[in-house]
Amino acid sequence: MENFKHKEIQILRSRIAGIQAAGSPKHPGTAIPFGIPAIDNRLPGNGLQNALHEVAGVGPETEHGTAAARFIAGILARRSGPLLWVQEWPDMYAPALAGAGLAPGRVIHLRAGRLVLAAMEEGLHTRSLAGVVGETSSRVTLTASRRLHLAAEASGVPAFLLRRSRRFDDAHLAEPSAATTRWRVSPLPAPPPILRAPTVPGLARAVWRLDLIRCRGGEAVSWIVEATDAQGCLRLVSDLSDRQIAEGRRLAAGGRTIRHVHA
Amino acid sequence: MHDGRCRVVAAVNAAGQALGIRSGVPLANAQALVPGLGIFEAEPEADEAALTKLAIWCLRYAPLAALDAPDGIWIDVTGCTHLAGGEEVLLKNLVARLKRAGFTARAAIACTPGVAHAVARYGGQQIAVVPADSLRDALAPLPVQALRLPSEVIDGLHRLGFECIDDLMTAPRAPLVKRFGTVVALRLALALGEQFESIHSLTPPDVIENRLAFAEPIRTAEVFAAVLDRLMRSVCRQLERAAFGARRLDLLFERVDNSVQTIRIGTAQPSHDAAHLGRLLRERFEQVDPGAGVEAMRLIATIAEPLPFTQIEALPQHGTTNTQDLAALLDRLVNRFGADRVYRMEPVESDVPERAVRYIPASEPPSGKSWPVTPPRPTRLLSPPQPVMVLAPLPDHPPRAFTWRRRRHRVRHADGPERIAGEWWIRDGETHAVRDYFAVEDEEGHRFWLFRRGDGQHAATGDLQWFLHGLF
Repeated sequence: MENFKHKEIQILRSRIAGIQAAGSPKHPGTAIPFGIPAIDNRLPGNGLQNALHEVAGVGPETEHGTAAARFIAGILARRSGPLLWVQEWPDMYAPALAGAGLAPGRVIHLRAGRLVLAAMEEGLHTRSLAGVVGETSSRVTLTASRRLHLAAEASGVPAFLLRRSRRFDDAHLAEPSAATTRWRVSPLPAPPPILRAPTVPGLARAVWRLDLIRCRGGEAVSWIVEATDAQGCLRLVSDLSDRQIAEGRRLAAGGRTIRHVHA
Repeated sequence: MHDGRCRVVAAVNAAGQALGIRSGVPLANAQALVPGLGIFEAEPEADEAALTKLAIWCLRYAPLAALDAPDGIWIDVTGCTHLAGGEEVLLKNLVARLKRAGFTARAAIACTPGVAHAVARYGGQQIAVVPADSLRDALAPLPVQALRLPSEVIDGLHRLGFECIDDLMTAPRAPLVKRFGTVVALRLALALGEQFESIHSLTPPDVIENRLAFAEPIRTAEVFAAVLDRLMRSVCRQLERAAFGARRLDLLFERVDNSVQTIRIGTAQPSHDAAHLGRLLRERFEQVDPGAGVEAMRLIATIAEPLPFTQIEALPQHGTTNTQDLAALLDRLVNRFGADRVYRMEPVESDVPERAVRYIPASEPPSGKSWPVTPPRPTRLLSPPQPVMVLAPLPDHPPRAFTWRRRRHRVRHADGPERIAGEWWIRDGETHAVRDYFAVEDEEGHRFWLFRRGDGQHAATGDLQWFLHGLF
C-alpha cells in the first residue's frame, strides 16, 4: 500500500513537471540572476527568464516610473550587448542609465509614439539584442502581452514592459497579463547617510520596496533593497536605523510570502 | 592649362572668341589682349568624367557610344536612325536636348568616325549629314587640322603650303610618309573608309532591376506581395552574383492609366537579403494607390554598393553581437518610424544638464564615452524645468519643503548645493547665470532634483526662483 502511494505520487509529480515544462522558457540556463540568493532562490531558474517581464511604479511613481526604469536598466546592465529602449515620448535622461551601469553606446533609443508594443515586437525578433524595454502608458491587453511573451521566448531576448500611467495605481495595471513576472518598484525613505547621525546632511543610497506580485512557477514575494548602483546591482537592506523601514522589513525583507496573485 | 613651356588657354567661351582669343595661345598673350580676363584653371579629369556621363546619356540614341576626348562623343547610329525618325531628325533632337541641358553642340553623321569628327568640328553647320558617296567632297574643303593630326605635323603641313584636306588628297602620299611618317596617310585612309576604324564603346554601369508585366491588372496587397517576392528573388540573385548589396531600392507600380507609383526604401548597410528587403518594402504597400489596377511592377536597385566580405558565423550564439542582425533591425525601425526617431545618446562635455546629451543616428558607431557616474543624475529630466514653490533658508541650505503640482513634499534628506555656472561662451545671457542644484528626498522616499536660479548673494546670478528639473 505504502509502495503504491509512493508510485502514485511519483506519477503525479512527473505529470506536474510536464505541465510546468509546457509553460517554462525554451532557453533554460540563460536566466539573468540578481546575484542575491534571497531573490534568485525565489525565481524559477534562479533568475529572470528570457521572456516578458512587467515592471511598474506605485503611487505617484506610476506616472514617471523612475525607480522602475532604473531597476530595468540595472538588470540589463549586467548583461552584454546592445539593447532597444522604446518610449512613447523621450523623457529618459541618458546619464542616469550610465549611472545604473548601462553604457550609452549600448542603448538604441526609439521614439515610437503609440506604437511602442509593435516596436518592441520588432526588436524581439533580433536575437543579438541583450534586451528590449518598452515604456507605455496605454492599456496592454492579454493578447498583446502574450504576443510579446511568445516573441521574447522564441528569440530568447528578455522583454521588459514598463507600465506608466498618469493615474496613481491605475486599475489597468492590475489587469491580467501574460508576463512571466510582474514587479512593483516603489521608493522607501532611506536611512541617513551616516547611521545614527541623522543631522548630517546628504543622501544615502536610495531604498526600494521590491514587490514580485506575480511569478509564473513561483510565489509572490517582497523585498527591501538598496537601489541599483553603478554596476547595475541591487543589495538587500542589512542594517537599519529607521523605525519605519524596520517595520516594513519585518513584513517583507525576509522574503515572506505576502499573497498569491493568480492572473 | 600648362603645355610644358608656359600656361596656355585650354578653352574659350563665346565672348572670349569674339575678342580674338583662341585656345592654344599662351595665357600671357591672351591677358595682354584682354585686360581683366577671367581665368579658371582647366580640370581635364573632371571634364573627362563629365564627358563620360554625357556619353552614357547618349546611349539613349544607339547602343554604342564612345568618348572622342577632350570635347567630342561618337555615337554609332548604324541601324538606329529609323527609330528616331531619320538621321536629320535624330541630330536635331540630340542637339536640341543638349541645348536644353546647357550644352552648345554641333553634330554630324558620316560613314566613318574620321569624317564625322571633321565635319562636326570644322564643317561650320550645327548639324550635318554626309551621304556615303560624298565623303571626299565633304572632306575636301576642310582645313588639315580636321584630320586629328599632332600639332607639329599640322605646323609642318602649313609650312609646306598644305591648307585644306583637298591639297593632301591630291598630293602624292609617298613624300608625305617620308616626311611625317605614316600618320597623315593613316588618318586619310581612316577618314575615307579605306581602313576600318573601331571606336571603344563605353559600357554603361549595370542597373540591377527586374520587371514583371501582368496579363490582367492587379490591385490587392497580397498579389503585390507575391509579385514582389519574385522580383526580389531575381534582383537579389543578380546582386549576389555581382557581390553587391542594395542601399536603396525603388519599387515602381505601373498603373493601367499610365501613371507610376513608387515606393522607396533605404538600408544602413548594403544588403542582398531578399527576406529583409522584401519586408521593408511590404511595410510601404499601404502608401500605394493601385487605382484601376497595376499592369506591371518594376524593382530597381537604384543605389548598390559592393558588399564587404564578412565572416559567417558557423554557430551563431545567443547574446553575441551579430552586426548584420542589428543592422537589419535598425533598417526596419528607421523605415517604419523615421530616421530621426531611432537614435543613440552620446555625452557632450557640458555641465548644463540639458546640453550634456547629444542625439546621434543609431547606425553611427558610438564613441565609447560615457557620463560620470557621480554625482548621480535623475532618471527623468523635465523639459522645461517646472517652477515649484519652495520653503528654504538662504543662501546655501537645502529646501525644507516644496510644492509641486499642488502636492506638498516635506524634505527629509537633501544633498547639495551642486553649483552649475552658465556657459558664457555659448550664450551671452549666461555670463553670470548660476544654478544651485539640490537632490532631495521627501518623507515617502521619492527623490527630486531641484535647482535655484542664482547664488543668493548676487542679483546678477539669478532671480532665486526654484525649479524642479528631474526625478530620480
